[in-house]
Amino acid sequence: MTDNILEMRSITKKFPGVIALDDVTLTVKRGEIHAICGENGAGKSTLMKVLSGVHPHGTYSGEIVYDGAEAHFNSINDSERQGIVIIHQELALSPYLSIAENIFLGNERRGSARLIDWNRTNAEAAELMRRVGLDENPTTPVGVIGVGKQQLVEIAKALSKSVRLLILDEPTAALNDNDSEHLLGLLRMLKAEGVTSIMISHKLGELIDIADSITVIRDGHTIETMADRDATQDRLIRDMVGRDLSQRYPSREHNIGAEVMRVQDWTVYHPTQPGRVMIDHVNLNVHAGEVVGIAGLMGAGRTELAMSLFGRSYGSQISGHVYIRGEEVRLDTVWEAINHKVAYVSEDRKRYGLNLLADIKTNISSAGLKRLESPGIGWVNENQEMRVAEEYRAALNIKAPSVSMGVSKLSGGNQQKVVLGKWLYTEPDILILDEPTRGIDVGAKYEIYTLINDMVARGKAVIVISSELPEIMGISDRIYTLSFGAITGEVPIEHATAENLMELMTTEKETVK
Amino acid sequence: MSLTQELDHKVSVTPSLGRYLLDSAQKNGILLAFAVVVIVFSVLQPMFLSPSNLTNLVLQYAYVLILALGMLMVIVLAQIDLSVGSVIALTGAVAAVVCVRGGAPWWAGVLAAIGVGLLVGLWQGFWVAIVGIPGFIVSLGGMLIFRGLAQLLLDYKSLSPFGGVYYDISNGFLNGVLGGSGFDLFTIIIFAIAVVGFAVSQWRSRMAQVKYGQKVAPLPAFIARIVVVAVLAMAFAWQISQNRGMPIILIILAVFILIYGMVMGRTGFGRHIYAIGGNILAAQLSGVKVKWVTFWTFVNMGFLAAVAGIVYSARMNGAQPAAGNGFELDAIAACFIGGASTTGGIGRIGGAVIGGLIMAVISNGMQLMGVSQGVQPVVKGLILTIAVAFDLWNRRRSVTVA
Repeated sequence: MTDNILEMRSITKKFPGVIALDDVTLTVKRGEIHAICGENGAGKSTLMKVLSGVHPHGTYSGEIVYDGAEAHFNSINDSERQGIVIIHQELALSPYLSIAENIFLGNERRGSARLIDWNRTNAEAAELMRRVGLDENPTTPVGVIGVGKQQLVEIAKALSKSVRLLILDEPTAALNDNDSEHLLGLLRMLKAEGVTSIMISHKLGELIDIADSITVIRDGHTIETMADRDATQDRLIRDMVGRDLSQRYPSREHNIGAEVMRVQDWTVYHPTQPGRVMIDHVNLNVHAGEVVGIAGLMGAGRTELAMSLFGRSYGSQISGHVYIRGEEVRLDTVWEAINHKVAYVSEDRKRYGLNLLADIKTNISSAGLKRLESPGIGWVNENQEMRVAEEYRAALNIKAPSVSMGVSKLSGGNQQKVVLGKWLYTEPDILILDEPTRGIDVGAKYEIYTLINDMVARGKAVIVISSELPEIMGISDRIYTLSFGAITGEVPIEHATAENLMELMTTEKETVK
Repeated sequence: MSLTQELDHKVSVTPSLGRYLLDSAQKNGILLAFAVVVIVFSVLQPMFLSPSNLTNLVLQYAYVLILALGMLMVIVLAQIDLSVGSVIALTGAVAAVVCVRGGAPWWAGVLAAIGVGLLVGLWQGFWVAIVGIPGFIVSLGGMLIFRGLAQLLLDYKSLSPFGGVYYDISNGFLNGVLGGSGFDLFTIIIFAIAVVGFAVSQWRSRMAQVKYGQKVAPLPAFIARIVVVAVLAMAFAWQISQNRGMPIILIILAVFILIYGMVMGRTGFGRHIYAIGGNILAAQLSGVKVKWVTFWTFVNMGFLAAVAGIVYSARMNGAQPAAGNGFELDAIAACFIGGASTTGGIGRIGGAVIGGLIMAVISNGMQLMGVSQGVQPVVKGLILTIAVAFDLWNRRRSVTVA
């Protein structure tokens, strides 16, 4: 027996007209944590689908040797039976079922007469939850615990299936630092227990931190596999994009003008829990040509702040004042916000940003549709729409054969560009970007930073909300820190360090009114 | 997802004629299905294509098509309206009370029915859009409420006859206006004008597309399409012109289909309906006035249900308490056969019309063949199920291909 648990040799997977994987080789040693990175669309997910049997044996060429024997998986069930479990980025949990029910979903613990043995189900679930460090009642519905804990439920579910090779697709993308830390610790613990892990991630620092070896895939090819000790962020980025990114953040002229928007005493309560203050007397402003960053941990109220400002799309009992160019305005509906040239790009593009049933051009025109309508009845000029969409496709470098292509078929980075295009078409003066680079690859991130620079160069005001400190420090002129719904600091970029920002982001404001 | 970047370079962009035909056959599966149904019935029962039967077909099923127009908008919005059958009974009853019992002129009955339809729409729109109760529940309540009101209004008895102009709405013809021997010249001319109008508008939109530098269908295919449409339309016109001429209801129907096709396909309001059905949260955050659009869509459904109520009561020449029973299901089925998605966001007026025609042709064909009463709903139910299954399969396949 070799010490490799998995060898994927010369895997080639073709779709009509496209070669998704071209002679890809992946070797995973028994008991290691093996990271795979690559730009979105490089073929990582396709490779994992080949491995787990989503693309059954025979639809690809090459061979998979798992645990010393050639494997022919025809479905996910086949691979799971052999101890290969894949956890997708979008978690597959049923929100109204309990943690225990989710753990044993499809694999129920039965007693006499094939009825479910609830005592055994909950007891075994509690044991699995203890192993993954999940401190909850097994009967709690999955929908009420946070994303970080849901991730742990997924891992407990994998453990219940006697997992030997655990595949995690972007496990920490939606987690805050604490939850990420916990998850990575758990992976180390599983490693000690002999579970091999394959982890796909965009977070290079984290990946170098945890992996034993790293494989980089680009455009359907394996670029290289390196031991962790040889990996540096620069080397990974070079491999991923196929070029040197001398800087990850494009430089720009700082040319800050007059104040465009000022928010005073902005207070927002939770929409359904009376008396719970989500945003607490927030004051902030942004100038023309300025990028203002809002840094806060998960749950600090970043999205709540942005969405309550944008047409009161979040919260209740909202009080406070908003001034645009010195004049007080009411932005009570999204429509009014758009009319005042405010745009908001949501952190969750699939949920809040896109009509996934529609094509690129329909999505791009959807917020600024008024510009395409004739006065009166409101005929939409579809030819003009096509022209506009083509312009944004070119300007934003959206990679798609046609603007009539459905957005559901685009990669994450390209979807994000469609959402940006949609808001740019409303010609905003104030652009609020909520986690604009979440879940997209390094190349697309750079393009989005460049776009932000273009916007401020044209005198627009940009507010960027981000949980990634390097990003927020890389692109902002000034940073507000948000903690427990209150602004705890305002730091000019010259004085910003990761340490002092993190300290402010974790400060609890003493006088919560 | 991982393929899109590469698609750019690897897929050729100019469609050949063959490729274009294949693509459009895939996109227009519903038209093919319609053609198959028509051919099957005309082979099984030669009477099917006779002048008198084609005329009958139009008169008998106009109400389904009118309902389907409004229902499609509701379904694309990811809602449903189960009350339209009862609204048909109620509005027909109102018209009968005004005209038959009250002796008022025909237009008073029409206005009263439409007024009641709008009130119904306002009522349901309020509960769905403003209060936020699902349309399924609101219209289930409405189904009972309006049926009961119709029964009370008619005192559980039918009320007839309308006669006169009201009767002619669904049974009248414009015949012999311009003469013609053995056929009605007026009908032929109206259809000829419509065909020319169709060809001109197709040509203009093609020219505009060329001007904006877009890909267009190959010219032979473009011309062939117009020729096929023209030949079919004129053959239909020739057949009905030999019977009683141009049915008034056909003109009304054509105007409605044209208007609603344009509203859904070409206006901002239509776009907003698709946006809400596709992703209500994204629509809301894009400045779409979700409540408002939902409200007006239901008001419009009330209006169209009233129109259908008028058309149906005119056709029956009277109002019955049980009128319109189950019609909501015909309209819903028409939309789904026509390719609308059960989860909203997808569906076209043209599809709903063809779906309605398929239902009409099947019902009519089976009646002509003397298929027994019990078999007819079985066949219709099977066709609905298979049509949606086929659509699902077709969509999955196109996703995997892309």
